[in-house]
Amino acid sequence: MTGHLYRIWDSDLCWSFRQSPVAMVSACISIALVLCAILAPLIAPYNPFDPSTLNLMNGFSRPMEPNAFTGETFLLGTDDQGRDMFSTILYGMRISLFVGFMAVIFAMVLGVLLGLVAAYAGGRTDAIIMRIADVQLTFPAILVAILIFGIAKGFTPVHLRDQMAIWVLILSIGLSDWVQFARVARGAALVEIQKEYVEAAILIGRRPEIIIFRHILPNVVSPILVIATISLALAIILEATLSFLGVGAPPTQPSLGTLIRIGQSFFFSGEWWILFFPAVTLLMLALSVNLLGDWLRDALNPKLDD
Amino acid sequence: MLSYVLRRASQSVLVLLAVGLVAFSMFRFVGDPVENLLGQERTDADIERLREQLGLDDPFPIQYWEFLSRAAQGDLGISFRQGRLVADIFIERLPATLELAFVSAAFALLFGVLFGIYTSIRRKGILTNVILTGSLIGVSLPTFLIGILLIYIFAVELGWLPSFGRGDVVQVGWWSTGLLTESGLKALILPGLTLGLYQMTLIMRLVRSEMSEVLRQDYIRFARARGLSDRAIYFRHAIKNTLIPVITITGLQLGSIIAFAIITETVFQWPGVGLLFIDSVQFVDIPVMAAYLMMISVMFVVINFIVDMLYLAIDPRLRDGKTSFS
Repeated sequence: MTGHLYRIWDSDLCWSFRQSPVAMVSACISIALVLCAILAPLIAPYNPFDPSTLNLMNGFSRPMEPNAFTGETFLLGTDDQGRDMFSTILYGMRISLFVGFMAVIFAMVLGVLLGLVAAYAGGRTDAIIMRIADVQLTFPAILVAILIFGIAKGFTPVHLRDQMAIWVLILSIGLSDWVQFARVARGAALVEIQKEYVEAAILIGRRPEIIIFRHILPNVVSPILVIATISLALAIILEATLSFLGVGAPPTQPSLGTLIRIGQSFFFSGEWWILFFPAVTLLMLALSVNLLGDWLRDALNPKLDD
Repeated sequence: MLSYVLRRASQSVLVLLAVGLVAFSMFRFVGDPVENLLGQERTDADIERLREQLGLDDPFPIQYWEFLSRAAQGDLGISFRQGRLVADIFIERLPATLELAFVSAAFALLFGVLFGIYTSIRRKGILTNVILTGSLIGVSLPTFLIGILLIYIFAVELGWLPSFGRGDVVQVGWWSTGLLTESGLKALILPGLTLGLYQMTLIMRLVRSEMSEVLRQDYIRFARARGLSDRAIYFRHAIKNTLIPVITITGLQLGSIIAFAIITETVFQWPGVGLLFIDSVQFVDIPVMAAYLMMISVMFVVINFIVDMLYLAIDPRLRDGKTSFS
């Protein structure tokens, strides 16, 4: 067991991690934020979604100052309805991260699958898949995501819209993001297919799906991992942007973007904390994941654009 | 070469047909038009008659063809929310978005190229570091936060510029322009800056890397050896080879500027098509959504086609017709 751990500690990846202070700091921040999000129900001093704990008199409390009416003190202040900002941010981050992770996983599964199939099948299948990818790539992700969100919203029955909004959001961000994965998976797989072990596997008569998933997939994981990390940061920003525009997470399940949208209306009248803290949290989250992705790309150094 | 142009053109048409199909399916399958039109007291015969009247019993390809030919004539249906012709609403809103997009593109191009050239010539220096750090922050901040930040600084704290709207506009025929009044120009500054900042950093990085690449080439070294002045080297010899990719990338970016205008228009309550689109998504106003989808796809496809043709004109290596690029 110790030998095993030592091997991980001594690996190239770990060495480059220990050499990069930026990577270590951003990893710490990312992990801390993810932990905070997962443990939100335990950490948060209030449950912002339980109306019975809210007191309207607590509304617009300034950070770290006792409220004028109730005398209660809130770490990061409260919003207009008296919800504790700290708790709201923790829960909001939970939704942001959930949507981000699920969307990236969805995009990854879809994109890698299509990319590998395109690479292995070649010919017409390859041409059709990659042409669709090219066409989608000419449209910015945000536009594709908003359109899919709008169409999916049209298909959802009215009374289910708020409940389904999170899943519709995951679907639309995921579908707007699969192209990157497909291109990278296809590029890496095309290189692998030329190699002798794949030829050998074909010769001994293994089935195509076994060759694709057991033999080729494990060898194209590292560039996909890099794309996934960078995509996560982009997905978090995209989710925040959609929610900010009002076409994302509903006010009943506010993500960081929804909180910024709510805070915007109070920001210019002096209640700066309702916008400021969610915005800073979003920035820390996106920036630390992004820097981690940059480091991973340099460390694994895969040929991303072949 | 002609075969390449034709193939490329037919691809564009195919994409537009596919987008049209999506738009048409939205009309046809989201909600039932008959259900919406007829009241509670209807008979099956009524439903049947209305279906026939509206052409809903025609085969799918015929309905699709009808839809396309009507759309081509500018008949895009009636907005569910505003009860007006979609085409009229778009004509009213489009000038605002196009003015904003072109002002931001001009800003991005001008400063992107200037900063790019400066930072590649002076590789070290205080101003270079300031520009590079600034661009890094600009890229990491989401657009809507930049917008809010700019409003806070210039509209709330300093009170120099308006925080929302277009200011006074002047009608020139059907085109309403904000470029001719002082308040219109003032109102354009903050949204234009917000929208252009990201594109500016993109162009700046591109110019910087291209220029650095060019400056390492032999012909620049020979030009130096011949004793040409720095100015002649940079601005007569180097810049020409730098700007080719910049022109094409900027062309491609014009489309995404119009798409990203959605965010800027929401932050600044700018009365353009982007804000219209977001409203239509929120209220599931299908005709407006479909029209926006078709409008933006035509724009993207046309821009991409023109840029590809520009490549062809600029780069002779592509003219043998064998090389395909995507």
